[in-house]
Amino acid sequence: MALSAEDKCNVKEFWEKLGENTKVYGTEALVRTFLSFPSTKTYFSHFDLSSGSLEVQAHGKKVADALSLAVNHMDDLPKALSSLSDLHAHKLKFLSHCLLVTLARHHPGNLNPEVHASLDKFLSCVASVLTSKYR
Amino acid sequence: MFVIPSRLNAPQCLRKDHGISKASMQKRNRERLLVVYPWTQRFFDSFGNLSSASAILGNPKVKAHGKKVLTSLGDAVKNLDNLKGTFSKLSELHCDKLHVDPENFRLLGNVLIVVLAIHFGKEFTPEIQAAWQKLVAGVATALAHKYH
Repeated sequence: MALSAEDKCNVKEFWEKLGENTKVYGTEALVRTFLSFPSTKTYFSHFDLSSGSLEVQAHGKKVADALSLAVNHMDDLPKALSSLSDLHAHKLKFLSHCLLVTLARHHPGNLNPEVHASLDKFLSCVASVLTSKYR
Repeated sequence: MFVIPSRLNAPQCLRKDHGISKASMQKRNRERLLVVYPWTQRFFDSFGNLSSASAILGNPKVKAHGKKVLTSLGDAVKNLDNLKGTFSKLSELHCDKLHVDPENFRLLGNVLIVVLAIHFGKEFTPEIQAAWQKLVAGVATALAHKYH
């Protein structure tokens, strides 16, 4: 799936508005994923998943930083994300959805249908790049 | 799929206690599905102009259909113990007459949840989202139940 110039512009502009909050949103998206889709917790059996967990917060920051990197390298996602661990499963779509919910909750005025579509495509591209490392 | 009794009220509370107009939610949900997942437009050939996001957003048939969909979801909220029975006829309709791939029910459910997050903001906590995810998954399963 190719991101159009308009998609890239929508994603970049939206992401810039998030500022320093990306870490908080990354953590919230993870929490939502674990709560709504409990099977995703099986990949974090080595984590403390209780409320306020520092491990979850640290991973939320990693997720946010990786996405910020991806936003700045949308023309070559495979290269930009190549250093990320191979340990990403096909359940990334749940995290993508929960990230959208988190962003919608915090930035309702900025997530119009067009930006929603662009973000959804972008997150699908990121997930596709990460899961393709399995094969 | 079981809905924990204490969370049975979550979907009902969100719908009843807040001033969000049903009409505006209906329209936003449907139009968002058609914009974010454009292949769903193939099921709406008779709806007229869906050629752009603004055309979709202004289309009265989209609005009317959104009302039908959310009214059905209202029935789901009132019949959480019998989703399959509640959606039996609609399931047959979507399979035999409309030929809709059930995967699209899950897409619509997730778009609805994003719309709820936009409207309810801080109140759409992770716990409430989890309850709604169960509801939309239950509705999607019920709608797919009569497929053959």
